[in-house]
Amino acid sequence: MIELDYTLRTVALGAAVLGLSSGSLGAFAVLRGQSLLGDAISHAALPGVALAFLLTASKAPLVLVVGAGLAGWVGTLCVSAVVERSRVPYDAALGIVLSVFFGLGMVFLTYIQSQPDASQAGLDTFLFGQAAALVGRDVVTMAVLGAVALVAMLVFWKEFKILLFDPDFAASQGFPVRALDVGLTTLLVIAIVIGLQTVGVVLMSALIVAPAAAARQWTDRLWGVVALAGFFGALSGASGALLSATGARVPTGPTIVLVATLVVGASLLLAPRRGLVAAWARGIRNRRVLRVAGTLEDLYTLALAHEDVHYPHPAATLQTMTARPEAVGPTLDRLQRQGLVEPRDDAWALTARGLAEARRLARTRADEHDAVRLGTEAGGSTP
Amino acid sequence: MTPQLEIQLIAAVTAAACALVGAFLVLRKTAMLSDAISHAILPGIVLAYFQTENLNSPLLLIAAAGAGVLTVGAIEALGQTRLVKQDAAIALVFPALFSIGVVLISRFASGVHLDTDAVLLGDPAFSWIERLTVGGRDLGPQSLWLMGAVLLVVAAFIALFYKELKISTFDAALAGALGLAPAAVHYALMSLVSVVAVGAFDVVGSILVVALMIAPPAAAWLLTDRLPVLLGLSVGLGVASAVSGYWLARLFDVSISGAMAVMAGVLFTAAFAFAPDRGLVAQARRRARQRIAFAERMLLVHLLHHEHTPEADRECRVSHLQEHLHWAPAFASRAVRAAERGGAVRRSGDQLALTDTGRESARRAMVE
Repeated sequence: MIELDYTLRTVALGAAVLGLSSGSLGAFAVLRGQSLLGDAISHAALPGVALAFLLTASKAPLVLVVGAGLAGWVGTLCVSAVVERSRVPYDAALGIVLSVFFGLGMVFLTYIQSQPDASQAGLDTFLFGQAAALVGRDVVTMAVLGAVALVAMLVFWKEFKILLFDPDFAASQGFPVRALDVGLTTLLVIAIVIGLQTVGVVLMSALIVAPAAAARQWTDRLWGVVALAGFFGALSGASGALLSATGARVPTGPTIVLVATLVVGASLLLAPRRGLVAAWARGIRNRRVLRVAGTLEDLYTLALAHEDVHYPHPAATLQTMTARPEAVGPTLDRLQRQGLVEPRDDAWALTARGLAEARRLARTRADEHDAVRLGTEAGGSTP
Repeated sequence: MTPQLEIQLIAAVTAAACALVGAFLVLRKTAMLSDAISHAILPGIVLAYFQTENLNSPLLLIAAAGAGVLTVGAIEALGQTRLVKQDAAIALVFPALFSIGVVLISRFASGVHLDTDAVLLGDPAFSWIERLTVGGRDLGPQSLWLMGAVLLVVAAFIALFYKELKISTFDAALAGALGLAPAAVHYALMSLVSVVAVGAFDVVGSILVVALMIAPPAAAWLLTDRLPVLLGLSVGLGVASAVSGYWLARLFDVSISGAMAVMAGVLFTAAFAFAPDRGLVAQARRRARQRIAFAERMLLVHLLHHEHTPEADRECRVSHLQEHLHWAPAFASRAVRAAERGGAVRRSGDQLALTDTGRESARRAMVE
């Protein structure tokens, strides 16, 4: 067990807390198709941080976080106002809010820097984040806010779930859809502002999306995605923050994002059912099964044309019957291992078991054909 | 030229190039790809910069165009696996590439021209310092030549492929059917976006370039329905944001690029609120007009209904409308005035009477 000193423990704990809350609340945003909203919110939070400092001259984490949260929230309101009241599309509205609010934030920050008595040092860590600067009171603030958001998520679990999967049904059942929507967005804003100081406004959106995108590959259940996204978020947060705090001159935000991206990459590749490796293996297996069945049926067709069903036919004949002649040899070997065909006089014959299997396949094929035909007729007659 | 003028000129040319490519992004509903590209080209810029040590080198443009096209390709490939949605694919790819760029800079390039703050913000204030000299003669700032060339390429591309761009933007299926290769147009546009983003990189950085690409064309789209006008307006609004942002920044001694983004936002907000046909104010006025027009018809029908009846004397009074139609007094008198102006109602004291025209339109209203 590696001994962690107090600072590193604080940093790891803080980053884990923010990863947990942004991961699990981000899952809702990602599943609702709002992956880019987090990007807009986090950028929009910057002028709030600067303005909170300008107005209160305080760098207390709670003050800055409240400023950030209010600005981020105003940003989402602007996005929905523009989308609802003009023909500007959703993603353009996001882009405008994101960049204009960020520009305003930079204007405020440079204004603060130009003031003679500025003790603004530390505000620019909000750009790329600096986990090393985390102290105990920051982590306490983060933990309290994160706990509030997570408890609210659990309390309204059923409501958020129905909002997520079928908002129209939710409305028809009398759920206050609009209020729930605002509530869920507010929780997302909270999850984002928790991470701003550590990850920075520029990359915070990745910590909303990446854990959820990774978690989605492993499970189809909402609670599974949310819990796993929280876990992946905490894992990426803590390990990224530790890497950045111990390695020299690497900002925290990018490090956390790269760790989270690795988790996503691994999930996309290795997840048991949806993963790319699994899909690839499945494709190979399916093609092989089809080839085996196809060659057996071809041999059966030849056998039916001959008076002796067990008469051997040369592989070259079978090769003329398929689109992939080069696969016939290995397929026959496979059939022989299964005891369905046997080589005789440089040619291949059906065994008794092979004949039975080929008949079964042919029957299934005929049934399927009937089913398809009946299905078409039934489909044609119903309006 | 004074540095002051040069800075404004560089900013204006940058804004114009951004607005031209941005107009097509906005119309094609792929605005957030500008955000993705402007972030994702960072590793390309950094690697090319390590080679050339010069932010104005043409090698950067090529590297970045490649990186931009790769980014868009990666996003689309990731979306096509169906494992993540398209917007999640965007949000996964560009932060990762941007992070690689930032890590490269902070590990290997600290202290030189390229630092992490410059990446986000750029700084037009210093863009005039690097000069282009040929045979000892000063021909102006390198940035200006670079952005001028970029603007020229963008304008030439749009002029040459105007038809292809227009059709594939508004009806991709038709463009495909006509053999106009919408996919090729898409990727050509994306590499142009990358080239503009790199060119604009040391002037406005990778976030604020999004403001110059999206806000002016979005504002222009609220002002016109015609593509050529939209392109012209976008450039005009972009240049206006750049120049007014420069002076705003001078006034308050703040970040020039930040102020340019703020001005782009201000101009968009102005269009959102006051656009002649689609602005909030125009929408509100149209609603108010419709409300009065509807009230006027209701008033005429009401009068027609009670005309020549025993209770006509009581019903056909302005003061009675508040009671019968639940109209506030001010609203009632506005409706009556509108009806009087239209020559549909004659008023004597508190008493209202239909004119012939009024009777006619009341009958028509009831048939409808």
